[in-house]
Amino acid sequence: MSFDLLVSVSLVYVGLLFLIAYWAERRALRGGVRWLRSPLVYTLSLSIYCTAWTFYGAVGYASRSGLEFLTIYIGPTLILIGWWWCLRKLVRIGRSQRITSIADLISSRYGKSALLGGMVTVIAVVGTTPYLALQLQSVTLSFGVFAEGTPGSFPVPDQRATAIWVAGGMAVFAILFGTRNVDANERHHGVVTAIALEALVKLFALLAVGSFIVWGVAGGIGEVAARINASPLAQIPLDRSRWLALIFVSGAAILVLPRMFQVLVVENEDERHLATASWAFPLYLAAMSVFVIPIAAVGMSELPSWANPDLFVLTLPLAHGHEMLALLAFLGGFSSATSMVIVAAIALATMISNHIVLPLWLSLRAEAPGNLRAVLLTSRRLSIAGVLALGYVYYVWSGGGRELAAIGFVSFTGVVQVMPAAVGGIFWRGATRIGAAIGVSLGAAVWAYTLFLPSFGHGVILPESVFAEGPFGIGWLKPYALFGIEGLDPVVHSVIWSMAINCAAFLVGSIASFPTPLERLQGAQFVNVFDYSRGPRGWSQSKAEAEDLLIMAQRILGPREAQDLFAAEARIQGKAGFLPDTTPEFLDRLERELAGSVGAATAHAMIGQIAIGTTVSVEDLMAVADEAAQIMEHSIQLKAKSEELSRTARQLREANQKLTELSVQKDSFLGQISHELRTPMTSIRAFSEILMDGEGMQAEERQRFAAIIHDEAQRLTRLLDALLDLNVLEHGQVSLNRDTVRLRDVITRALAATSSINPERGLAVRRDTLDEDILVHTDTDRLAQVFINIIANARKYCDAAEPQLRILVQSRGGTVSVDFVDNGSGIPVHSQSVIFEKFCRLSDQSAAGSAGLGLAICREIMQKLGGSITYLPGQGGGAFRVTLPVQSAEKAA
Amino acid sequence: MGRHVLLIEDEPNITEAMRFILARDGWTVSSHADGATAVNAVSRAKPDVVVLDVMLPGRSGYDILRDLRANPDTEGLPVMMLTARGQVRDRERAESFGVSHFMTKPFSNREVLDTLNSLLGP
Repeated sequence: MSFDLLVSVSLVYVGLLFLIAYWAERRALRGGVRWLRSPLVYTLSLSIYCTAWTFYGAVGYASRSGLEFLTIYIGPTLILIGWWWCLRKLVRIGRSQRITSIADLISSRYGKSALLGGMVTVIAVVGTTPYLALQLQSVTLSFGVFAEGTPGSFPVPDQRATAIWVAGGMAVFAILFGTRNVDANERHHGVVTAIALEALVKLFALLAVGSFIVWGVAGGIGEVAARINASPLAQIPLDRSRWLALIFVSGAAILVLPRMFQVLVVENEDERHLATASWAFPLYLAAMSVFVIPIAAVGMSELPSWANPDLFVLTLPLAHGHEMLALLAFLGGFSSATSMVIVAAIALATMISNHIVLPLWLSLRAEAPGNLRAVLLTSRRLSIAGVLALGYVYYVWSGGGRELAAIGFVSFTGVVQVMPAAVGGIFWRGATRIGAAIGVSLGAAVWAYTLFLPSFGHGVILPESVFAEGPFGIGWLKPYALFGIEGLDPVVHSVIWSMAINCAAFLVGSIASFPTPLERLQGAQFVNVFDYSRGPRGWSQSKAEAEDLLIMAQRILGPREAQDLFAAEARIQGKAGFLPDTTPEFLDRLERELAGSVGAATAHAMIGQIAIGTTVSVEDLMAVADEAAQIMEHSIQLKAKSEELSRTARQLREANQKLTELSVQKDSFLGQISHELRTPMTSIRAFSEILMDGEGMQAEERQRFAAIIHDEAQRLTRLLDALLDLNVLEHGQVSLNRDTVRLRDVITRALAATSSINPERGLAVRRDTLDEDILVHTDTDRLAQVFINIIANARKYCDAAEPQLRILVQSRGGTVSVDFVDNGSGIPVHSQSVIFEKFCRLSDQSAAGSAGLGLAICREIMQKLGGSITYLPGQGGGAFRVTLPVQSAEKAA
Repeated sequence: MGRHVLLIEDEPNITEAMRFILARDGWTVSSHADGATAVNAVSRAKPDVVVLDVMLPGRSGYDILRDLRANPDTEGLPVMMLTARGQVRDRERAESFGVSHFMTKPFSNREVLDTLNSLLGP
């Protein structure tokens, strides 16, 4: 196979990826295709975990260390299946906080610490660089394999030249698709679609090679098993400590590797995709690993001993003359390398530009930033180029001759140093910036000293004497035997010491230090993200923000001021309702208002946090603004006091008003009584004097005048009786003579007692004596008095041509009601509310000699009897309802 | 000079007593029981003196007095108020409206006759 063909195939493949990425990007911009956002695409994009290290290196790893290569897969599998709630939390935080990278996550969590962001970025770059070099190396090696496999067909290319072309091509791809825009959430649909396709290609390629080896070369599963048993692989013992350490490292790596964080969290479209990924991704890993041991065993038995086991996937098909299969395998490895490099470059570039370039650029420039977007894009493009350049330099420097797996673990262990700060930060509110910074830096230092620097080779950076005797002859500081613990595998040794020191420093530092308000606010939002953020659906952002801001502002400014402020802003914006849009101008204004209460820094933090899409609970705000809370507490107390005072004043005012009213009522009552008493007395005196004069009077006149005097005297007596009765009912201890009586009898008695009133009018009474057959336990005389009063009124005032009175008894629920409805013109609406007041007389009633006390007395009596008397409007005539409670009434047996 | 008195009073017994007393003294007596139409009744009857109750159905005696005083035809008409509400405040109120004489019920017949005669002048 010619080199030109190989290059052409690679270029065509890249071109295809390019087209797919471009197409997906366009579709996504236009509103997208649904399957582009499917959980399967998400799961496939996670496969960038499987780099060239996995594709080629796993076989090499298996050839050297047996089943140990599985640790690379077991770690992520455990995390995805067992820790998917942790991933979900990461994704939710990433979404609600608009996290752009692992550095951003840690920086944001610890109060937007620029220092931490920078540190994590540096560690990520240092940790990823060997890995990038590894990808360049694997692609370069695979080119070399084809050259060696067909000697003479083309000259063995200069490996460095190949590597530089590969690096350059990847940089162009990453720049084209990774920096097309500076999106708020840093998603790259094109890239994700392309790497999903690459995931399929590499899986297909590995399965094809594996199937060929098992069935085409070895001759079936049984033969393969026999070969495995016969190979040295079967004799390799399990190193438990290495297994544990490597599972831990690879599990942690999937959480914090910059590229994994990019696809797992930043590119995540929907948190529910995780549910699919939690089973589908482990399946993918299993499929990727199923043929590793067979390929290794067959390769070791068939190929010469000098053959590089890292390249068995290519060399075995070539050795059997299957060039096309080898080409497919080459494309699989090429896919593994390119997808990893592109995503890693994008992730690192984002981190470098956001956490190193931008802060420096901003601090170096005194004036306000102009076009930040252009700066960001440029810095990202340069960062991508820079990251790949670093990878190339490492590749050249490290000589490109080392085994892939070893480089991979060096890389993993370094990046994993940010894990305690990241995971601790999202589960422990007490984690502080200082703890995180100390933990990360000490862990990274231990890693660099015990694994990274030694990885260049003894004597390259660290002199040989350091390994033998320790630095400056201090024995317990030997890189592979810290504190005198010898005999551990270097990777295990480094993992144990770096993580132990990292975690311990993180814990101690966090406990010993006090978080800043912003840290506490951020910590609360990260740890309790599920309480504060909304799920993937039902997210109406602008309104939610305005409401959240209002809630917060109310706590700080007080409800009245806050609502006024918001309503005024809404008016200015010309919006109906009281919630304005959260425009930058409004946020500025609100911040100034809040700053007056809680200080500029806290106000800025509060608004910032809410304005980027997260709600803050009252408790958290209180925790942030302790002082403000105390001040508020104080002012709330003051307010309560002043409210109490004004309440007391109001009560006094009301009492005074009531007294005044009572006094007015008393005056009015006395005036009424005076009037009611003096009126009959006036007649009596006038006629008495007339009679005493005795002159000019006929006998019948004398008779008539005497009768008037008599009537008026009686009227006086009645009035006095009524007054005394009312007074007793209202103020005195009324003794009720309760007795059991049939309601029918009471009504009959009342009708009889009133029969002498207006007998010539002939009031017709309609009653149903069966309904009235109810036993009532009550004061019979008092109840009869009420009935008499009502019936007498009907006899006196019913103005119908044929006066009629219906008496209706109903027993329902807990009460018995007796309705008296006549067919007269009734009581005018405006008078209905006052007829039960004392001395209420409708204008034409004085002729009947009433003092207007009857209904007032009825009301008092019914109250005393535990019932009521009401006027029933709209019955077509005068209508009264007397209600008695059931405890004093029961149906006759 | 005529001796025509208009009684504005809603209690029939009191009206009857006064009618008897005044007629026996030689007065021409007419009466009106409704407060609301009392001012019109005065204009129509053109009495020489008015006896005015305070608590009347429809309209209070004070309001009637104020209307009478506001009208040029009746502003000088002698008005004696009779009230069963014997409080000082009532008297002051009546006087502030320009009552000619204020008398509390019950009254002596002699006093009523003397007052009305003196209101008509010598």
